[in-house]
Amino acid sequence: MVIAPGGNPRTLMLTPILVFLPIVAFVAVLLGAPARLTTLATAAINLVLGLVAIYFWKCPSCTGFSVSVLEQPSIHLAFGFPDGMSAVMILLTVIVTVAAALTGKAPEGRETLHYGSILLISAGALGAFASTDLFFFFAFHELALIPTFLMIGMLGRGDRRTAAWKITIYLGLGSMVLLAGLVWLYNATGTFDMTAMKNAPPIDPATQKGIAALLLLGFGTLVSLFPFHSWAAPAYASAPAPVTMLHAGVLKKFGLYGLLRLAVPLLPEGMNAWLTPLLVLLLGNVLWVGYVTVSQKRLDLMLGNSSVMHMGYIFLAIAALAAMPGNDLAAPAAVLLMFAHGVSIALLFGLADRIERSTGTLDLEDLGGLAKSAPALAFLFGIAAMASIGLPGLANFAGEVLVFLAAFRSYDGTAGFGPVQIACVLAIWGVVISAIYMLRAYRNIFQGPAADATGNAPDLALSERIPAVLLTVTLLAVGLYPNLLLDLLK
Amino acid sequence: MPAYYLEALTVTLGLALLMAEAFVPTARKSWVGLAASVGLVIILGLNFIAIGPQDAKPGAAWAEWPLWSFIEFDALARYYKAFVILCTLLVVLMAVDHRRILTRFTNRSGGEEGTGEYYALPVFACAGMMWMASVRDLAVAFVALELVTITFYVLVAYLRRNVGSLEAGVKYLILGALSTGFLVYGIAWIYGCTGTMNLDVIAGMLNDGRAAGVQRVPLLFGIALVLVGLGFKVGAVPMQFWIPDVYQGAPLPTTAFLSVGSKAAGFILLIRVLDPFLGSELTAKPVLGILAALAAATLLFGNLAAIAQTNFKRLLAYSSIAHAGFMLLALAGGETMIGGLNAAQIVSFYLGTYLLMTLAVFFVLSQIRVQRDGEEIRDFNGLGKSHPRLALALTVLMASLAGVPLTAGFIGKFLVFAIAVKAGLWWPVGIAAIAAAAGFYYYFKVIRAMWWADAADGTPPVVLPQLTRYAVAGLTLAVVVLGFYPQPILDLLK
Repeated sequence: MVIAPGGNPRTLMLTPILVFLPIVAFVAVLLGAPARLTTLATAAINLVLGLVAIYFWKCPSCTGFSVSVLEQPSIHLAFGFPDGMSAVMILLTVIVTVAAALTGKAPEGRETLHYGSILLISAGALGAFASTDLFFFFAFHELALIPTFLMIGMLGRGDRRTAAWKITIYLGLGSMVLLAGLVWLYNATGTFDMTAMKNAPPIDPATQKGIAALLLLGFGTLVSLFPFHSWAAPAYASAPAPVTMLHAGVLKKFGLYGLLRLAVPLLPEGMNAWLTPLLVLLLGNVLWVGYVTVSQKRLDLMLGNSSVMHMGYIFLAIAALAAMPGNDLAAPAAVLLMFAHGVSIALLFGLADRIERSTGTLDLEDLGGLAKSAPALAFLFGIAAMASIGLPGLANFAGEVLVFLAAFRSYDGTAGFGPVQIACVLAIWGVVISAIYMLRAYRNIFQGPAADATGNAPDLALSERIPAVLLTVTLLAVGLYPNLLLDLLK
Repeated sequence: MPAYYLEALTVTLGLALLMAEAFVPTARKSWVGLAASVGLVIILGLNFIAIGPQDAKPGAAWAEWPLWSFIEFDALARYYKAFVILCTLLVVLMAVDHRRILTRFTNRSGGEEGTGEYYALPVFACAGMMWMASVRDLAVAFVALELVTITFYVLVAYLRRNVGSLEAGVKYLILGALSTGFLVYGIAWIYGCTGTMNLDVIAGMLNDGRAAGVQRVPLLFGIALVLVGLGFKVGAVPMQFWIPDVYQGAPLPTTAFLSVGSKAAGFILLIRVLDPFLGSELTAKPVLGILAALAAATLLFGNLAAIAQTNFKRLLAYSSIAHAGFMLLALAGGETMIGGLNAAQIVSFYLGTYLLMTLAVFFVLSQIRVQRDGEEIRDFNGLGKSHPRLALALTVLMASLAGVPLTAGFIGKFLVFAIAVKAGLWWPVGIAAIAAAAGFYYYFKVIRAMWWADAADGTPPVVLPQLTRYAVAGLTLAVVVLGFYPQPILDLLK
């Protein structure tokens, strides 16, 4: 970072440094730099840089960056924060990256692969959230997917090959549909620049409908929208912990971010046309997948399904926006819940990995009484489980309440319940479902008599407490004072 | 330097190599390949200082020669000449590192005598392709094409003690002759309708076709025949059926040359020959219709048939059909411009990226063939564990072939999609989306084999020879850099 004479922040170039630092570190690791150390240092520097960037987010010359890579059609490698949403997502990414780098253990002799993948996934996510050019917005997300696939296939657990192949095909197809939609969007607006798109003349309604369908399908598959969700749980169950944390916590939010960034503002009529199908599908996420989650017998599959289920709430916020474009609560609600869910699911998966490593199993039947031998683990897992259910005081509660309020923003007393309100009332039952499976899992794992596997399981070591505490503190901070993030979103 | 020197020098180089090979008594023959590559590098350099008649000094006698009504030298010609020279250069280098297989199947003794021509012949094909890039007259197109095709007859059947290679040679000979027949017959019809073989004159006549008294139906018949003939060269469905067998049977460097050089030559010829017809109201619509139908069929067949392949060479054969489909789709966009780029430029860009990734993959496959004696996808099993850097390079290349963003392959596909969408070719675009998705599946099969599968016991390690190692590293790096920054190739096309 160079600050020009006179303190002119023009040369800060914060966002490109954020994105390219992990890529440089990846190359360094490839060439033989110590993998763990490099990754941890990069993650820590990026956390600081990310906080600085968010502090400056309203100053375009501090965070903005643009160089032309193709003159015609004009494509720029451009980064910046068009609004607070990007800033929040960047914050989520840098926090979860630190936690992921500290969680899990690289298998002997595979450190380069393990840590290299973490760096690439993190770089891809940062690039996608910081890009202001459609081309790189899409491209960086794909960059993060490839190491995800490879890591699941190579270092995963259980039936890793099937799981990896499934996620590869689902997300590959989803990306294709998405790409078709994005090309069409470019064609309709004539520019790749996302800011310029907003100022382009409105797109005609029939085209909007077509593009919105492609974007909903494409982004929807990436976010595991029902019924395109079946890749998620097996992939998360078999992926190495850091990959699951980064994908479920951060990368999956790319689809929601894309819908909020592109589909909602640019295609209001198109989104509105698909409102009813979207509401039906999101209820599929909350209720059907919720039901599936309750019947899971393994903790990792349960967490994987619960993450699919919670996507339904965020889609509800998007639906509320589609139904009422002027809804001033819906967008902050969606972003807040994305952030909260990302942090809580990363914490849960990180701790689940720890449970498996010390007890050798994640089968709920085989576990029990772990709270006696590992009280710190039990305490932190409890907080994460409560956050996931939506207990007040933790970040998820703020997000969920805002989503439900947003859904009722367009409520008109004289006309009665509209489709969004009906969906909202049904979706609220999801909170009960979450409580059932989370509390049951907690009881099975941590309470009751100690099982064979858990009798002398060690508690969290200091180095393992750091990522868990970092995520827990984030959950508490945002839960108790949501304005930390909401101020960014105004 | 006048541009016609380039081809003259190339042919001279080829002849000199043949003579030297015949009269210099050495046991080893790979020096012919190295000499050929040095010569090609010089010609590649000269290509960038060569000038056409339009840039000649006033009064230069050569600029007035009637030769220039047969060939031209514009940016596109320069680009394609550089392209085919680079391609030939890499193929010759690949052949040098592939010589163990060449000698095994050419001589009983296992010595290198009798393999020298294999390094000289591609130079002649290169000269033919360079002429094709400059075509301004249908007669030249035919002659140049024959120079290339006849050279390939020899190159395909070169492994005379290998049944597969001989079978491929016969197939290529028969179908090549058939396609030539279609082409000549088509040229005859076009000549019959217009009274000329000069493409510029034809374009002038067709500008107001009805006024010039050109008959539409016979002309379209001729164009259709020419399209069939060229369809064989680029591998468009339904003229693709020779590709998998010939690609699988031919020696590996020949396969690489066929799938990159010959295909590119087919496309530049298609661009040059169709140019006057696409510019005329009389013929544009039906020709574009045929191109769109060909593109859709090629995309569908090439990609779906590739899914089931287990032999890597055959997979690359189907992949070459699939890529031809994408390029035909761009051509079917006709006069549509996308951000200042026309269809010809997009196809040329696509071919440029296709050269980088395909040749790099062939370099790797060639060494797998030499050192593991196999060309199946399963021969790549476990490469990620035993050779992580090679596997990483191959992963990047496969991802680029599949069209994963931030690789050069993606930008090519992206531009094709963009022009097709702008031209409103909805059905072919839909099929192309399915095709691209299928591409993900079968290219990732290779990635999966490398990283997820375990090698069979006793699999020999792969040690890349110097030439191959630098070629693979350089080409892979280019694929990544162009994925971020594609402007240099587009600058060449201006």
